[in-house]
Amino acid sequence: MCLAVPGRLTDIWGEGLERTGRADFGGVVREVNLAFVPDAVVYDYVIVHVGVAIARLDEAAAARTFETLNAAGITE
Amino acid sequence: MRYSDEFRAPDAVAHLAKAIGETVTRSWSIMEVCGGQTHAIMRFGLDQLLPEGVKLLHGPGCPVCVTPAAVLDKAVEIAGEPGVVFCTFADMLPVPATTGTLEEMKASGADVRPVYSPLDAVRIASQEPDREVVFFAVGFETTAPANALAVRLAHDQGLRNFSVLVAQVLVPPALEALLAEPDHLIDGFLAAGHVCTVMGTSAYEPISATRHVPIVATGFEPVDILAGVLAAVRQLEAGEARVENVYERAVAAAGNMSARQLIEQVFTQVDRDWRGLGRIPASGLALRPEFKAFDAEHRFGPVDGHEPAGSQCIAGLVLQGKARPDDCPAFGRECTPQHPLGVTMVSSEGACAAYHLYRKWEGAAV
Amino acid sequence: MSGDQAGLNCPLSDTDIPRIQMAHGGGGRMMQDLIRDIIMPAFRNPLLEQNHDGAIFPGGEGDLAFTTDGHVVQPLFFPGGDIGTLAINGAVNDLAMCGAEPWQIAVSLILEEGFPINDLRTVIASMAAAAAAVGARVVTGDTKVVERGKGDGLFVTTSGIGRVRTPARPLPEAVQPGDAILLSGDIGRHGIAIMAARAGLSFDRPLESDCAPLWPTVAALIEHGIDLHCLRDLTRGGLTAGLVEIAEAIQLALEVETAAIPVSEPVRNACELFGLDPMHVANEGRFIAYVPANQAQEAVAIMHRFGGARAIGRVSEDQTGAVVLKSPYGSSRRLRLPNGEQLPRIC
Repeated sequence: MCLAVPGRLTDIWGEGLERTGRADFGGVVREVNLAFVPDAVVYDYVIVHVGVAIARLDEAAAARTFETLNAAGITE
Repeated sequence: MRYSDEFRAPDAVAHLAKAIGETVTRSWSIMEVCGGQTHAIMRFGLDQLLPEGVKLLHGPGCPVCVTPAAVLDKAVEIAGEPGVVFCTFADMLPVPATTGTLEEMKASGADVRPVYSPLDAVRIASQEPDREVVFFAVGFETTAPANALAVRLAHDQGLRNFSVLVAQVLVPPALEALLAEPDHLIDGFLAAGHVCTVMGTSAYEPISATRHVPIVATGFEPVDILAGVLAAVRQLEAGEARVENVYERAVAAAGNMSARQLIEQVFTQVDRDWRGLGRIPASGLALRPEFKAFDAEHRFGPVDGHEPAGSQCIAGLVLQGKARPDDCPAFGRECTPQHPLGVTMVSSEGACAAYHLYRKWEGAAV
Repeated sequence: MSGDQAGLNCPLSDTDIPRIQMAHGGGGRMMQDLIRDIIMPAFRNPLLEQNHDGAIFPGGEGDLAFTTDGHVVQPLFFPGGDIGTLAINGAVNDLAMCGAEPWQIAVSLILEEGFPINDLRTVIASMAAAAAAVGARVVTGDTKVVERGKGDGLFVTTSGIGRVRTPARPLPEAVQPGDAILLSGDIGRHGIAIMAARAGLSFDRPLESDCAPLWPTVAALIEHGIDLHCLRDLTRGGLTAGLVEIAEAIQLALEVETAAIPVSEPVRNACELFGLDPMHVANEGRFIAYVPANQAQEAVAIMHRFGGARAIGRVSEDQTGAVVLKSPYGSSRRLRLPNGEQLPRIC
């Protein structure tokens, strides 16, 4: 269930429930609704499901995942 | 960081698999809840990297698989109404109702349109005011914000020709139901990452505590899935059972508050039938009375009828993790994606179809 | 322009009519004018100018290859080509897969009433250019018109005859255990370019269909003495179909390394977005070659001049007829044909 992919915001317009932006999914650009990520700004990564951003991706947490794995000697 | 390649890196995957092997001393069965995870596990052959003792059970997290036949019948019926544009995620097109599929309706002349987003259906409704536009709002919590948003936007725009046929279901009540089965085999769960993105992880705390099962919020890339398995087996080996989050980059403990607020505003929790699992209390969403005007069941009559009795298909057992697809005598023989006997063979993320498409190569003729 | 009826007719020439009408397929003067003014000039050659029901030409020596292919595509014009380039290259590539140099091509057009004449001109020009690019000629053809609503603008069927240039016929039965499996370039461009055009998707750098003639690459391989055991172009069903069909035909297993299969960034990411597997996505300018292992390196170097060719696997001794995909993680799975059309999924 629930295919959702990270894309980087390149452009934002509109307000409230119609807050919209363009997200770049590694070279593929698509319009995305941003109603649920009111604090996301251009250059942020958002996670998009069926054309709607459902989260702002936490880049520090992503880096932390690898730090945790490193610390456990799991990756180098 | 691009958030995909690094989570597929072969060395990270190999190290995680090794760590799992070094952690495990006994047999454990872990259910990945989400069909997207099942798909990734089969596509990348991740199950083959796990030690003997660790078994993955494939959970019910596939909206295509659990949407009851009665709802599909209603969808097919509405699609056949004159003047209707029936919008649906393409996933639902080949799913058999008792009266046929949406794909067959399309072939016989009904205006069935696959859309990528519920917002596309709202757009069609405003562009084609003389048509009755119905969107098939299936999905789990991940899709609920988009479906709620579509209804709210249609409401705010004063659209009178837009409605949704709601078949929204919720994960935590389904996990409760699986664990309530006396003969369940589940030692731990990989919770569906994107469901947690929306709803957070707090709803799993009481389940983990009362049923004493580890529940790990897990993503969808190979590194994510193995990190989820590692976290689960570490808890199991230590005799612990808590909610853990290994998909931190996308999951906050509280979920997405603005999405949850809109879901709350538009939907209310109701009992729902699950295909293969039966009726589960408070396991679905329906539109609140304020949004009744946008309810396709209000316009076209309610869904009626219950799940037909099972055939030779064991989809229900597969969805409960009590059987694996290849335990079924019909698997790959009478039952293939071309001639599915059950829904788990229809959807590409259904466990049976994923098995069929991506199963491990054993070297023997299959 | 058809002003040659000495002013006896309507001063407005028929081919000034901006759209196809039923009469353009009626077998009368409007049809004659359409063919003479729009189609013939683009393809001009002595055989076509025989103006007969077919083309008559000497057979020459050696094997001939003969193929036919129907083309339906929406949109008719897409980044990297149009239905005209697709139709000519379709015939050219099927011939090239027979080791044959494209020679004579027949074109059949089914036009929908209302189709813009200017679009027809563009398509015809594309066809002429695509044929000329490989030294082939359109020598005969046919035009029909169907009522509005009964076609999708334009359907094109092409048939082609080519002269086989390989010493031995490249057929599935010639594939041997141990043969190398070579892929001529990155996969999935055509399918994704078409889907993007339909879905209103854009790319930061334009993604074009891979629609291209394969004959120049095959000709270079033949010229360098590469022993082409079998060739297969990748179209609908993608790389998956190209591999599975051969494996089933020869009843030998094919071992393929997933990590060796080139997929461009935009194709890969569009596939992620829509839940598609690039292995199953359509191509229009890629092929697989089965060659002896000791010629693989040289063959890849030759193919590389025309695109990013790679060796992706080998034919095994195992007589199961399976395609075995090996992941970079050491796991393996059997590759199977997808059930039907590739549609975006949300799940």
